[in-house]
Amino acid sequence: MVTGDVKLIGSWASVFVMRARIALNLKSISYEFLQETYGTKSELLLKSNPVHKKMPVLIHADKPVCESNIIVQYIDEAWSSYGPSILPSQPYDRAIARFWAAYVDDKWFIALRSILTARGEEEKKAAIAEVEERTDHLEKAFIDCSNGKPFFNGDHIGYLDIALGSFLGWWRVVELDANHILLDETKTPSLFKWAERFCNDPAVKPLMPETTKLAEFARKLFPKPQA
Amino acid sequence: MADEVILLDYWLSMFGMRARIALEEKNIKFDYREQDLFNKSQILIEMNPVHKKIPVLIHNGKPVCESLIVVEYIDETWPGENQLLSSDPYQRAQAKFWADFIDKKVPGPTRLIWAGKGEEQEAGKKEFIEVLKTLESELGDKTYFGGETFGFVDIAFIGFCSWFDAYEKLANFSIEAECPKLIAWADRCLKRESVAKSLPDSEKITKYIPELKKRLGIE
Repeated sequence: MVTGDVKLIGSWASVFVMRARIALNLKSISYEFLQETYGTKSELLLKSNPVHKKMPVLIHADKPVCESNIIVQYIDEAWSSYGPSILPSQPYDRAIARFWAAYVDDKWFIALRSILTARGEEEKKAAIAEVEERTDHLEKAFIDCSNGKPFFNGDHIGYLDIALGSFLGWWRVVELDANHILLDETKTPSLFKWAERFCNDPAVKPLMPETTKLAEFARKLFPKPQA
Repeated sequence: MADEVILLDYWLSMFGMRARIALEEKNIKFDYREQDLFNKSQILIEMNPVHKKIPVLIHNGKPVCESLIVVEYIDETWPGENQLLSSDPYQRAQAKFWADFIDKKVPGPTRLIWAGKGEEQEAGKKEFIEVLKTLESELGDKTYFGGETFGFVDIAFIGFCSWFDAYEKLANFSIEAECPKLIAWADRCLKRESVAKSLPDSEKITKYIPELKKRLGIE
């Protein structure tokens, strides 16, 4: 299989970009990382993703692939003989992994983000409660999917690990911002332990941003209203 | 051993229609169970505890939820007949991108059209027309979104077409005037048995909208 020329348009701070980079690392694919400058969108980005104008965009042999979860699946399929499988092998397990990855994006992430955008204590409390409830669902999902193994995907990190795990940097930043633990060792012990294993995985470790650097960036992205 | 396939669905749902079409394309015998979304059944709550929504495909007792995930599951589980997604990774990624686009961009504006009124409805109509034009541009001169074969993106969008009559009457516009190629595509899809069997009569939907609004508590 020809590796071809691989480029990735993205940013060090983006959860969605990290998903693509983890997948590329898992398959040991070398690629050119084209960092976008905060506040502007490059010509290449606008040309490669005219519909959404968003990153990440994977450009493989000049053909663009957009949307992080779609990119991860593409990487798994295009380089299927390289490295471990990212999606589970059985159709039913694949459907479950896709279901929970969609839940992470459509329900869990929305709740996490609303903590950062909450105005006033009441709104923040409500957002925190929602995140806790949804994290609880993910704890149960982990127990069901992992079947006693270290990751959602079993012995190695896979699609759902990547979908949720890429949020860990921001998860910590939101905890600091809210001054409230959001990944609790006693409430969600399986997820808590999984998080550490995920961050230490060689495909992930070099990519996870430092919390202080990310927190500083978060303050730019989500400025607090003047008192 | 015969497969047991049950589909929890709701006649009006364009998401449910996707699952129906996929099952029909594969010639799978299934037990269609109409759900009352205003009085959710035990089986629905048990099989989709997270969202409590249809469609839910129950295959040999195991539930699969979320319409596009259901379609992909059907394609992978019954690979023989009528492939719905290409084997080529790039084509698959493109198909998933456009199905995702439909999910992100169509429900919002169309809801404003059938459930909203006045300025809100106008705004929904304008946005919907833009989305339709983007889809029409993507379709181009192809027979179906994926090329010569009916597939994933066609299945993702065709259910919304059964609501076109309702949208046109409520917001007073003609989709054919705006996007003739898309209407031609819809007509081609409707000629397929799987689609004809799975889509409710458009007029029936249009007539039902006031009742639906009443049940949802929308004026």
